Amino acid sequence: MIGDIIVQGLIDLVGRDAVLYRPEDLLAYECDGYTVHKRSPRAVVFPTSTEEVSKIVKYLYENEVPFIPRGAGTGLSGGAIPLGGEVILSLVKMRKLLHVDLQNRLAVVQPGYVNLKLTNSVASKGYYYAPDPSSQYACTIGGNVAENAGGAHCLKYGVTTNHILGMEVVLANGEIVEIGGAPDMPGYDLMGLLTGSEGTLGIVTEITVRILKNPEGKKTVLTYFDQVEDASHAVSDIIAAGIVPAALEMMDKTAIEAVEAGNFPVGHPKGLEALLLIEVDGIAAGIDDQIDEIIEVCKQHQVTKVKVAESDQERASWWANRKTAFPAMGAISPDYLVQDGVIPRSRLPEVLEKIGQISEEAGLRIANVFHAGDGNLHPLILYDARKPGETENAVKVGTAVLKVCADVGGSITGEHGVGIEKQNEMCFVFSEEELEAQLRIRDVFNPNNLLNPDKLFPKPSRCAEMRVAR
Amino acid sequence: MSVPLKMEPPCESKSNYLWEDPPDEDKFSACVHCGMCLESCPTYLETGHEHQSPRGRVHLIKSVAEGKLKINEAFENPIFTCLDCRACETACPSGVQVGSLIETARGQIRQAMPLTGWKAKVNKLFLRGVFPHPNRLHTLGKFLKVYQKTGMQSLVRKTGLMKVMPPHLGDMESVMPTVSDPVMKKYPEVIPPKGDAAAKKRVALLTGCVMDVMFGNINEATVRVLTRNGFEVVVPQEQRCCGALHIHAGDREEGKRLARNNIDAFLAADVDKIVVNAAGCGCALKEYPELLQSDPAYHEKAERFAKKIEDVSKFLVEQGYEKPKGRLDTKLTYHDACHLAHGQGVRSQPRQILRDIPGVELVEMPEADRCCGSAGIYNLVKPDMAGKVLQEKMCHVPSNVEMISMGNPGCMLQMSIGVMKHGNGQKIVHTVQMLDWAYEKEAAAEREQNATDQVAAGKEERG
Repeated sequence: MIGDIIVQGLIDLVGRDAVLYRPEDLLAYECDGYTVHKRSPRAVVFPTSTEEVSKIVKYLYENEVPFIPRGAGTGLSGGAIPLGGEVILSLVKMRKLLHVDLQNRLAVVQPGYVNLKLTNSVASKGYYYAPDPSSQYACTIGGNVAENAGGAHCLKYGVTTNHILGMEVVLANGEIVEIGGAPDMPGYDLMGLLTGSEGTLGIVTEITVRILKNPEGKKTVLTYFDQVEDASHAVSDIIAAGIVPAALEMMDKTAIEAVEAGNFPVGHPKGLEALLLIEVDGIAAGIDDQIDEIIEVCKQHQVTKVKVAESDQERASWWANRKTAFPAMGAISPDYLVQDGVIPRSRLPEVLEKIGQISEEAGLRIANVFHAGDGNLHPLILYDARKPGETENAVKVGTAVLKVCADVGGSITGEHGVGIEKQNEMCFVFSEEELEAQLRIRDVFNPNNLLNPDKLFPKPSRCAEMRVAR
Repeated sequence: MSVPLKMEPPCESKSNYLWEDPPDEDKFSACVHCGMCLESCPTYLETGHEHQSPRGRVHLIKSVAEGKLKINEAFENPIFTCLDCRACETACPSGVQVGSLIETARGQIRQAMPLTGWKAKVNKLFLRGVFPHPNRLHTLGKFLKVYQKTGMQSLVRKTGLMKVMPPHLGDMESVMPTVSDPVMKKYPEVIPPKGDAAAKKRVALLTGCVMDVMFGNINEATVRVLTRNGFEVVVPQEQRCCGALHIHAGDREEGKRLARNNIDAFLAADVDKIVVNAAGCGCALKEYPELLQSDPAYHEKAERFAKKIEDVSKFLVEQGYEKPKGRLDTKLTYHDACHLAHGQGVRSQPRQILRDIPGVELVEMPEADRCCGSAGIYNLVKPDMAGKVLQEKMCHVPSNVEMISMGNPGCMLQMSIGVMKHGNGQKIVHTVQMLDWAYEKEAAAEREQNATDQVAAGKEERG
């Protein structure tokens, strides 16, 4: 006999095997990739179809039970953490590739379909799916839509929202609607609104995405620098020269130490201060010229070594090294907190210096890994949650870093979303009125605030406090 | 409703691990909960459940250490549902040693919740009563041989006696290899290299417990391949089961006892290398230093011992072996045993050996390093999950191959069941057997040639 009437109701709807409710079984759902806050959900339910999602949502809506959609749980801002003890709808059993249309360059997937699998499934035909978040080996496309995920190659190709052609959505009351479908649909851009809404406007149950033809040519270079400033000036100048690489990534000394201590080292020299990983792709003819131009800019900034990838294998090893940089922090620190600020690229050198000061003042190491090309910084604040006060200190450092980003005219998130982590920092970039306007939009879709409640926006009174704190 | 933004208090020492050898805090602290392991885990892919994933299991292991979770059935289930296949260790960016965490957690569980009833009896009988005792194993082997040779096996199969057993045991019986004599009994303790040259190296062979009884022919093939390539082979008579099955089952005490015994037996043999043809055993032997880390008398010896352990395929490739001239015209695929690929990082060497055999066409299997579900005795204790994992594995076997080669006896049994249920008659072979057959063919051709030459010479004389 199950004590919780809601759990019993869910079991009646989808069967006992599709519901987890024992406290021990729920424990593993108390956080996602963001581990600062934790709480177990009331239950986890595993729908296998749009109809089941709709039935479950309708039931929860009618009983006024708050709920959260969850993909692979790789999110870095806590969007899938049930802080209010919500019911989790895990979409991992809706993991099918439904349809591929190479002629029209699109694919239809269920939300639990894993990002990298899409590229793998069309690779032999010469196609790929462009958004490539570093967690693409495990993260789901449904989750990518919720967070409007980016990735290393978004500099040239854009983020998730630029690759979504249509979606089927279950609304907060269980109603199933379809939006988009054809490119450039007239009317308001509802897909744009839903993409990046962090599960607060609806649950996406089917996604039509754009797939691209593999570029004709591709070249990847690795460059080393003795000073972070040199590397960041090189980034600014590459962009200023009008070159748009497919990817332009930067790692500093601490980040390099971590990836070399992790599971995918490539043998960067010890004590290296900074590196840039640069990839250029497109029509084969112009690629060498662009690479030459990039190398020329790097030389103006005292590059110490330039290495061109000689094989696909070498290129892949560089990318595996870079893409596992966040979790590789586990090899040099028990915990880390990653920030996601965005800044105008020309301000990179000065912002990096300020981040260095913040790190020193707080006594916490910060590793810097970023999509330098589009000004998306990922300072990784290293801490040990077992030491009293250190978690709080790390969170404060994160806020200070975002403040710097906002103050130079940037933003508090590039691709990880706001979730729980950056709720209060929303006040750095929006006024009370702007926040209120957004809440009114949320209320149209999610009138009772049952869908992923109390995320994304600050508590009503918080902004005043945050501003005073400035 | 407001968001309760309260941090968790830093954990205090209230661990629910009360026995020796708890999961190492440094090891579970390395996990940052990123989830990159999820898609590599066969049991997560099967269930979709976070607590049946590597990250989820590590989270639970940590929760017990923090006193948030008690050791009970709800903890036991995910920890024992893990295949211990280590695929997550290959995927993990920060190098979390999930296998070690799982094994130590199992040790704690078995002490907190000792097995009772028939499970305890079966466990005790096999893990403590049979595997560690070569003589008892050999006797069991003799019975099996009688069972197979006297026609009892076919009688049992015909009369459907097997139907009274659980289906997975019946499956296992029906793919049981023909039992041959164990190498331990058949060969002298020191086997000289072939030919007149001095031995290139002196190596010891781990004969394995089940391996030597059920797959004696693979051990024989290994001895022939090694001696043909100029190595002197020692078969220490005091060696016992490697203890992997015990450690997997949470019986660390017996695992340690066996480890100490083997360290003494092999170090006494004074060899350059200890060659192993069973991936699971090789992995366990390499991990003796960790198993015995709190044993001052054995820790250093364990380190010395572990440095000598080498999988037979890696040993041959590194030391150099004669490329066979005998042809084996066949198309085959290779299955990466988990404890070879993920456990020991041995991937290219077996493939190289296979490619060196004339006439062998190696067709790569997609996701070749995904677990087959054998996982020690997992297929006996978790037959449902093992069956699902096996079915998934078999989906990837290329349809046009005649053979599937691998380097672990447990996988060989499990994949044989796979072929029986989902395959089309592919032959399951050990990589070393392929090389041995190629040498055998070469030798046969030479013998034939010699015979022809002799006949020709005879004719000439008469003429």
